[in-house]
Amino acid sequence: MKNVKIIIDNKDLVVPEGTTILEAAKKVNINIPHLCYHPDQAIKANCRLCVVEVAGSKKLTPACSSFVFEGMEIRTNTKKVRDMQTGVLELILANHDQNCLQCLRNGTCELQDLCRRFNISKTNLEDTVEALPLDDTNPSLVRDSSKCVKCNRCVEACQKTQEVHVLTHSHRSVHYNITPAYEMPLEDTLCVFCGQCAAVCPTGAIVEKDETQKVWDAIYDPRKHVIVQVAPAVRVALGDSFNLPKGDIVTGKMVAALRRLGIEQVFDTNFTADLTILEEANELIKRITEGGTLPLITSCSPGWVNFIEGRYDHLLDHLSTCKSPQQMFGSLSKTYYADLIGLDPKDIFTVSIMPCTAKKYEAQRPEFEKDGVRDVDVALTTRELARMIQASGIEFTDLEEDQFDNPFGIGTGAGAIFGASGGVTEAALRTAYEVITGKGLPNLNFLQVRGLEGIKEATIDLDGLELKVAVAQGLSNAKVLLKQIQNGTSPYAFIEIMGCPGGCIGGGGQPIKSTLEVKAKRMKALYKIDADLPLRKSHKNPDIIKLYDEYLGAPLGEKSHELLHTHYHSRNKKYDFSSLKK
Amino acid sequence: MSSVNATTFEVLNKELAAKIDTIITNNANNSTKLVGILLEVQAIVPKQYLPLEIAAYISQKMNIPLSRIYDVISFYAALSDVPRADCVIQLCDSVVCKVTGNTVLKESLQELLGIKVNEITADGKYALEPTACFGACDIAPAIRVNGRVFGHLTSKEKVKKVLDNYK
Ligand code: SF4
Ligand code: SF4
Ligand code: SF4
Ligand code: FES
Ligand code: FES
Repeated sequence: MKNVKIIIDNKDLVVPEGTTILEAAKKVNINIPHLCYHPDQAIKANCRLCVVEVAGSKKLTPACSSFVFEGMEIRTNTKKVRDMQTGVLELILANHDQNCLQCLRNGTCELQDLCRRFNISKTNLEDTVEALPLDDTNPSLVRDSSKCVKCNRCVEACQKTQEVHVLTHSHRSVHYNITPAYEMPLEDTLCVFCGQCAAVCPTGAIVEKDETQKVWDAIYDPRKHVIVQVAPAVRVALGDSFNLPKGDIVTGKMVAALRRLGIEQVFDTNFTADLTILEEANELIKRITEGGTLPLITSCSPGWVNFIEGRYDHLLDHLSTCKSPQQMFGSLSKTYYADLIGLDPKDIFTVSIMPCTAKKYEAQRPEFEKDGVRDVDVALTTRELARMIQASGIEFTDLEEDQFDNPFGIGTGAGAIFGASGGVTEAALRTAYEVITGKGLPNLNFLQVRGLEGIKEATIDLDGLELKVAVAQGLSNAKVLLKQIQNGTSPYAFIEIMGCPGGCIGGGGQPIKSTLEVKAKRMKALYKIDADLPLRKSHKNPDIIKLYDEYLGAPLGEKSHELLHTHYHSRNKKYDFSSLKK
Repeated sequence: MSSVNATTFEVLNKELAAKIDTIITNNANNSTKLVGILLEVQAIVPKQYLPLEIAAYISQKMNIPLSRIYDVISFYAALSDVPRADCVIQLCDSVVCKVTGNTVLKESLQELLGIKVNEITADGKYALEPTACFGACDIAPAIRVNGRVFGHLTSKEKVKKVLDNYK
């Protein structure tokens, strides 16, 4: 590609042709104000905040949508530019419910950052906040249109990244809004609660439903034995909230912080990830040998489960009947663990820390409750845990490392990589190979299924039996594989689908600004955890072996069936038009 | 969280569904003709609007996301997501109609219906709406009634004749 010479704020610079002014400026450490621009999304150019002056042009130029040319001279800080930007911000604020102190995005809000930068608080313009009703009836997300700057990032996440098509822009001019069809609450739509909209929103207009108070209440309640499980992808992301380098592995500090918060036992979801692998690998082997429905598709991502239950329910037979690692942990915590420590399940309060907003929905599904006792009482996102740590004044970065508790404290490398797209497949293959062939696996690393590509595939030779597998991340990619199944052209025996791009490391509950670049670092960190562990195959986890010996029996056995498997079903579609057919 | 799917409808019935099917088929189920299809459907729905259940029906028939259909409905002034009247009279307020003298037309309509522009008659029968040019400039001054265009309305008598079709 050709390079071009440009000058930005008196600084000479050479950048490849096709670079936008905004991206070029980043290279010389200039952060041009922006709201609609997002590094992983298409150019929208609707907020008009990113204007700059280009020599030879009388009009201001939007930096996010204009490309550099040879000899271009750009100024990002002139009076004209700043006046314009201040004006745009004031207009936004005139329509904004500025309630920063009560807003979940206080401190991570891009609008707030800009206002601080331009020293604007209130505006002289008359207040005209005209908002749709608050949408907070679902278990996962809260939408507050009085904080929406109409940048359309969420619309792109929902329509293009996920192709779920719940959010849209609607109406024109003063009535222009971002909403589901007919202003329905998300709960009435086929929203999958992936939270990808919340992950890209620059403000507090879409946020996770905060449930931290419920956890505080349980901690303060002397009758409650509060335990926690932490998902694999949290330990490589939580550090972001404490300004640690992206992709830092903070497992030990995280465990220490949870203990300081007053959690009695800190367990690892990696353990039940290993357990999922034992059940799922055996389910796969059973379907292959007994002629069951293939491809078998994973069921550990609740965003994905919501999607298939809503839009592809005719393919539900393909879905593994395994509960997700979160829910396997939940049921074990109220049965096996309750027996072990001799407590009434009612007195155990099980909290999960998840990278995911859909996990909140999953935790509240009616089927995951027995005799009025919920398997998982509260699912918090990584962001909520960070807020609890911040609220309690713990200096996270200085904490001494601590370790998970037993009996759910040992997770293998196979469990760790669950957090990255491709990880479940790799983990399942490590176990399936050894169970089917009875031999040791020569090479544990299945590099074909690693990485950030949308769809990955691999063919594995299981001692003469050829096994084709595929991995999709994000729901738009999932659709491609589902259509093949629909057409009868799917060549695969096993498919892994994660609802979020990148897998759980890119989940909708992770610290804000989880860009592709950041996801790549988290992914690398998970594979490092795996490589550094002495145990890297789920079926070699000594505590899993013990659990089967002492309690569960065999994978797919009666007890497993009762505690670790479930039945997924069609989701309510609002209307059933079949009665209208002639 | 999950309740049962609705099988009864407020507006939709077998007959209307069949008519909508025909409109979609006549337009070759072509998603690029969505605006036209929505206009045609709206014209046969009582109260001249597109409620959620009908948009959802079209969404399923044409395999177009409901959110996309809502985007279109809310964008075009000629489409409505809330009930209007049995008979919606749209008055062009663009330049050509104005210079060809639509004050007479406007006044006649207001007088005959007893309402002002942007109002609905007490019995919910007639609505009078302003609208941008709908391409009938050659026969201006013109109105559009439930999607049908009438032109050369230069006198009160002519206006009355049109309205007589919609008693
Ligand atoms: S969205 Fe941002 S600016 Fe608005 S109230 Fe929340 S923190 Fe403050
Ligand atoms: S949670 Fe996912 S499906 Fe729901 S509105 Fe947001 S992006 Fe769309
Ligand atoms: S909800 Fe957030 S992402 Fe969506 S348009 Fe509003 S400010 Fe932008
Ligand atoms: S960032 Fe350029 S217009 Fe919004
Ligand atoms: S299942 Fe949603 S982030 Fe992992």
